[in-house]
Amino acid sequence: MDLFEYQARDLFEKHGVPVLAAAIAHTADEAEAAAKKIGGKVVVKAQVKVGGRGKAGGVKLAEDPTDARAKAGAILGMDIKGHTVRTVMIAAAAPIESEYYLAILLDRSNRTFLVMASVSGGMDIEEVAHTAPEKLAKIPVSAIDGITLSKAQEIVSAAQFPADVAEQVAQVLLKLWEVFLSEDATLVEVNPLVKTKDGKVIALDGKVTLDENAGFRHPEHEALIDHAATNALEAAAKEKDLNYVKLEGQVGIIGNGAGLVMSTLDVVAYAGEKHGGVRPANFLDIGGGASAQVMADGLSIILGDKDVKSVFVNVFGGITACDAVATGIVQALELLGNKATKPIVVRLDGNNVLEGRAILNKAAHPLIEQAETIDGAANRAAE
Amino acid sequence: MTGSEGTKHTRRMLASGTKVVGGVTPGKGGQSVDIDGHQLPVFNSVSEAIAATKANVSVVFVPPKFAKAAVIDAIDAAMPLVVVITEGIPVHDSASFYAHALAKGTTRIIGPNCPGIISPGKSNVGIIPADITGPGPIGLVSKSGTLTYQMMYELRDIGFSTAVGIGGDPVIGTTHIDCLRAFQDDPDTKAIVMIGEIGGDAEERAAAFISEYVTKPVVGYVAGFTAPEGKTMGHAGAIVSGSSGTAQGKQDALEAAGVKVGKTPSETARLMRAILER
Repeated sequence: MDLFEYQARDLFEKHGVPVLAAAIAHTADEAEAAAKKIGGKVVVKAQVKVGGRGKAGGVKLAEDPTDARAKAGAILGMDIKGHTVRTVMIAAAAPIESEYYLAILLDRSNRTFLVMASVSGGMDIEEVAHTAPEKLAKIPVSAIDGITLSKAQEIVSAAQFPADVAEQVAQVLLKLWEVFLSEDATLVEVNPLVKTKDGKVIALDGKVTLDENAGFRHPEHEALIDHAATNALEAAAKEKDLNYVKLEGQVGIIGNGAGLVMSTLDVVAYAGEKHGGVRPANFLDIGGGASAQVMADGLSIILGDKDVKSVFVNVFGGITACDAVATGIVQALELLGNKATKPIVVRLDGNNVLEGRAILNKAAHPLIEQAETIDGAANRAAE
Repeated sequence: MTGSEGTKHTRRMLASGTKVVGGVTPGKGGQSVDIDGHQLPVFNSVSEAIAATKANVSVVFVPPKFAKAAVIDAIDAAMPLVVVITEGIPVHDSASFYAHALAKGTTRIIGPNCPGIISPGKSNVGIIPADITGPGPIGLVSKSGTLTYQMMYELRDIGFSTAVGIGGDPVIGTTHIDCLRAFQDDPDTKAIVMIGEIGGDAEERAAAFISEYVTKPVVGYVAGFTAPEGKTMGHAGAIVSGSSGTAQGKQDALEAAGVKVGKTPSETARLMRAILER
């Protein structure tokens, strides 16, 4: 889960990373009040989970509370690369002398953690990494040892931070490691980390990605979820513990196992090319060992999607039993009654396939059609 | 083995010829579990289990909360192979146990979030259904469990030397490259199917390894062409950010290494058939 800047800032503050005073606002009134409380010049920053908001006009300096009100009024409701701005952060303005870059992340390729550090922060760091890789220090961090003081000093020296900030940056690294480790983050990025004119090192903007698998040890992370951005169908699916992603297409997809479902999307899109560009409407993985109830829940969600014209159920019974899947389909259709109007192509194979096909044959539901192969089924569903 | 998943899959593994010699559940040491007439002892730790049974493989079914402790227990006991089936382990935990295994140097981990490894007719560790197919000349490596089953099913009349589901998590113990190397060195494997999916650069690295080391024929399949950028599709690893890790990029890398890549699982199976019939 990616966090908003203000949520990252709050996590930084909680763990002692130096940040500036800030507050969030959802209206121009709230923005004015927040600016008054902070005092002096403030920066009004759009809270969107996408890069390039500065260039899009989503970050503005405000001279006083009245100005903050006007700037927030202009930014709120703005569309930045398809993201509507619902929240702004009002932060104290700082006189900046230098801009640096720090990040701790999971390095998948090397199966370890990695720190990236540069004294050329602020601008597009990807550009720096590309054109002047020597300016971006990359230091592996062991999952066993983490970032100790000596490791932090090694990083500071590798990235050639100036002597007057070296100690402060090392301390920030220690605190950022605390955020990374104790919050179960997969990314903690500060860009820019700044040195102010009075010589203080402060995290001015932050990006944090949290590991949702670690939710069981962070009940407080639940409050960080952005419900406003969640699609209604995705929210309904989440309530039923279903792994569902809404897409822009017409064929509803249900399958078991992330790999097989992704593959099913591809096969449907491929078959759809012959039928005027028909595309998959969603990703839905009912997982291993799915019960009839899970199947019924999944089918109800998909049939509730007004974009869906037909449904393709693609199950290979490894642990999942095909008879349970078939029972789930029949149950879901009974439950929905005449609200179910879309054709359903079903392809079952593997564990208890004969029993599963027999259940569907016996039900003889007019909407259900069985197919022998994935390619054949995808073609029928796309027609 | 004392939990419901453990019991169910112990029964299936025994039925497919695996020598299951005992289980580990801390606090239940000294008990035994009856599985279809097999009396299997339960131990408090992996080191106790090794001392009593000389077990050389451990398969982990414990829930995410306790998985790290279970894997580290096995690493500390120098268990040679640990297969981690558990889905949903925090990546800090898997990075930690992988680092421990690497530091100790005596344990290979497969997974987590994987279906395990099977050599049909010989042994089966994990949850891959043993009745899909029998022994044969194909080696299979895949991130995805159900695509492993699907591919075994498509080529069931030919059969497999070994099929490995390596798991779709961001940090896994055994990679495509590890399996490609093993298949290249395995006299029972004549040809290799490699299944990948979007996210990370494992397939690109595997492609480079194939050009350098693998002389046996390899066919490939990559899932996730239609997955939109930045959305996680189930596997924590299957997320596309920016231009790296896309299905097209992986297909291009594999084809450049001489791998024939199928558009669908069934086309991939046809490519393999054509190679074996040559």
